[in-house]
Amino acid sequence: MSAILPPGERLWWKQPLDRVEAIWILIAFVWCMVMFFMMPYWHVYGKQNLSTETYRTTPDMFAKKAQAVIDKYTVRTETDEKIPVVHPPAGEDVYLIARLWAWHPILELEVGKTYRLHLTAMDYQHGFSLQPENINIQVIPGYEHVVKVTPNRVGTYAIVCNEFCGIGHHKMVSKLYVVK
Amino acid sequence: MATSTEQFRVCPRTGLQYHRSAELLIKANAFVAVVFLLIGGVLALFIALTRWQAIHLVGADTFYMLLTAHGLDMLIFWIIFFEMAILYFCSSTLLRSRLATPRLGWVAFALMLIGSVSVNFTVFKGESTVMMTSYVPLPGHWSFYLGLILFAVGALIGCFIFLGTLVVAKAEKTYEGSIPLVVFGAMTACIIAIFTIASGAIILIPTFLWAAGYISHIDPLMYRTIWWAFGHSSQQINVAAHISVWYAIAAIVFGAKPMSEKVSRTAFLLYILFLQLASAHHLLSDPGLSVEWKVFNTSYAMYLAVLASMIHGLTIPGAIEVAQREKGYTRGLFEWVRKAPWGNPVFSGMFISLIGFGFLGGISGVMMGTEQLNMLIHNTIYVPGHFHATVVIGTTMAFMSLTYFLIPTLFNREMILPGVAKWQPYVFGFGMALFCLAMMGAGTLGVPRRHWDITFAGTSLPYEFPGTANLMIATFAVAGVIAVIGGGMYVLVTVGSLLWGKKLDVGTYSNERSVLRMPVASALTSHGTTAGFAAPGTFVFAMVFLVAFVLYYFVNWKYLSTVWGLA
Repeated sequence: MSAILPPGERLWWKQPLDRVEAIWILIAFVWCMVMFFMMPYWHVYGKQNLSTETYRTTPDMFAKKAQAVIDKYTVRTETDEKIPVVHPPAGEDVYLIARLWAWHPILELEVGKTYRLHLTAMDYQHGFSLQPENINIQVIPGYEHVVKVTPNRVGTYAIVCNEFCGIGHHKMVSKLYVVK
Repeated sequence: MATSTEQFRVCPRTGLQYHRSAELLIKANAFVAVVFLLIGGVLALFIALTRWQAIHLVGADTFYMLLTAHGLDMLIFWIIFFEMAILYFCSSTLLRSRLATPRLGWVAFALMLIGSVSVNFTVFKGESTVMMTSYVPLPGHWSFYLGLILFAVGALIGCFIFLGTLVVAKAEKTYEGSIPLVVFGAMTACIIAIFTIASGAIILIPTFLWAAGYISHIDPLMYRTIWWAFGHSSQQINVAAHISVWYAIAAIVFGAKPMSEKVSRTAFLLYILFLQLASAHHLLSDPGLSVEWKVFNTSYAMYLAVLASMIHGLTIPGAIEVAQREKGYTRGLFEWVRKAPWGNPVFSGMFISLIGFGFLGGISGVMMGTEQLNMLIHNTIYVPGHFHATVVIGTTMAFMSLTYFLIPTLFNREMILPGVAKWQPYVFGFGMALFCLAMMGAGTLGVPRRHWDITFAGTSLPYEFPGTANLMIATFAVAGVIAVIGGGMYVLVTVGSLLWGKKLDVGTYSNERSVLRMPVASALTSHGTTAGFAAPGTFVFAMVFLVAFVLYYFVNWKYLSTVWGLA
């Protein structure tokens, strides 16, 4: 009579349950339903739901759109590489390019305002990881992901790449500013 | 008739019956598995000591290369070779049957060996530093994908040999009644494995052709969607396999019978139906997939596979409790636990595996697999923290415990260094548990996985992680070293026993074999009636687990509610 022997009764499926098992199954089932319904609940009442708005794109198409925004709204440049810092008006579409091994450009957003952040990768897959907020989104070449973001705290943030993208992966880091 | 020439022996110590052809296959697969565990363990040491920024042992190229090899050798080769051994053991030995087509079993073994060696070869040559996931368009050498395909074909053949043996056993009436629960669990693993390997073939064959230059483009999102049906589902094979091993060990050590065959088998059935949907866990922070798709799949329909795991988590210790209480350990709620054979590594390893898998791996896994919460940890080092709890504490420790049982019965050797074996599960279990917790802590603070240098030295816009993150990293590095020592103890005892252990009586090979009888029902035990509350101690453990689960789950929602608005 053990798990490595055949069941003791031929009609084992007719054996009744012990109360310990029955009660636990009931509790576990209820908990599973709670967890399931938390997800749709959050879509209705929560404020953090990842957008699914996605378009197919190509590196050229995306770069052109990103460059237009950079040309229009660059307020200064940073570092020796003269990386543009882009400060678009609230509600604007902003573009962030992920490529080997940099994020481009640096974005400057206003707190409490909502932006449409367009993400794509030019070459390999990358990982958008906003620190120390710890929001993480996969960035995939060929797909333009439009995420509506509403920064809620002023400060200097970092964007780290957290998808392995080759030998310079650990050098792929940038900044993002949230200002009043 | 072919069967009359088949050779069998009965192990004088356990009464298990081994089919000679199957026995060799089981040994070969288990042995190669342990060799890969050894390689993976050495790699683990280098990786842990490199992520520890104060030591930073190897350079970036080497680090990423070793990490690729570590993932494949551990997650794929060690585990699947061992699972082949388990499938052959469960079908031929537990059912007292001859193994179907043992020669094909050697073909499968050869394919798996060629595949795994060639994958290692191309990775160590530095031509395929693409991580285990090999996300396109990151390029690997074509031989990398071909090696994986050969390995998968071999494993697929092994699965069909298992199913064939079930057919043989049924046709030749080697057992009475229904197949034992452990074999049913192994069958679950086998069915999931077939789905998994088919998914792997669907994506790896075109990727191989792409790497060889015959196909110009593989869609990266399609790749991810199908690859994870292989990559994640292969971990679901492990879950089904190691839960079967837990049931087997509870039966071997305690003579424990399932509390209810119906409940345990239904739970396995839920795995077959829903477990594979979980590949969606990896795609929750991806573009291009709808909310409905994510929510339905990530929750295994409606958490029905989680329900199954919670059931197994109760019924296995519950079965042990019932068996212990029948032996007279009835004082209080927990005498049955205190009086369990904690010095026997077969039991202690299995129990640590069960607790660690549930508390560390299970709870973190469900949190990560929640659509919105996933954004908080996607691709952070929390992820490896979680899966080291499931695959190392869960699967690897369960398999280690089983090996201690198999050495005297399958390999017919007395175990050397019993003192080392006794402590091994504790050293390994403690090391891994601390390792996982510290990794999850670091991941919560945003530390990325698969990253050579989180100080971002030499970059123009570096970011400094909080000091606690560095503390967490140092902690998991030290814990990782402890775990590697624990793993080394295991390899020492097992390989050492095969080389130097005292030879034990093998029994004699003959053409005779016996039928696996149904046990005589001892009708008056508690299982004849239902009114009982047979395992109160286990129920208390289960409630502790539930409270931890609920609290941790909602703490994460609370945390999510404080981050930037996203829509």
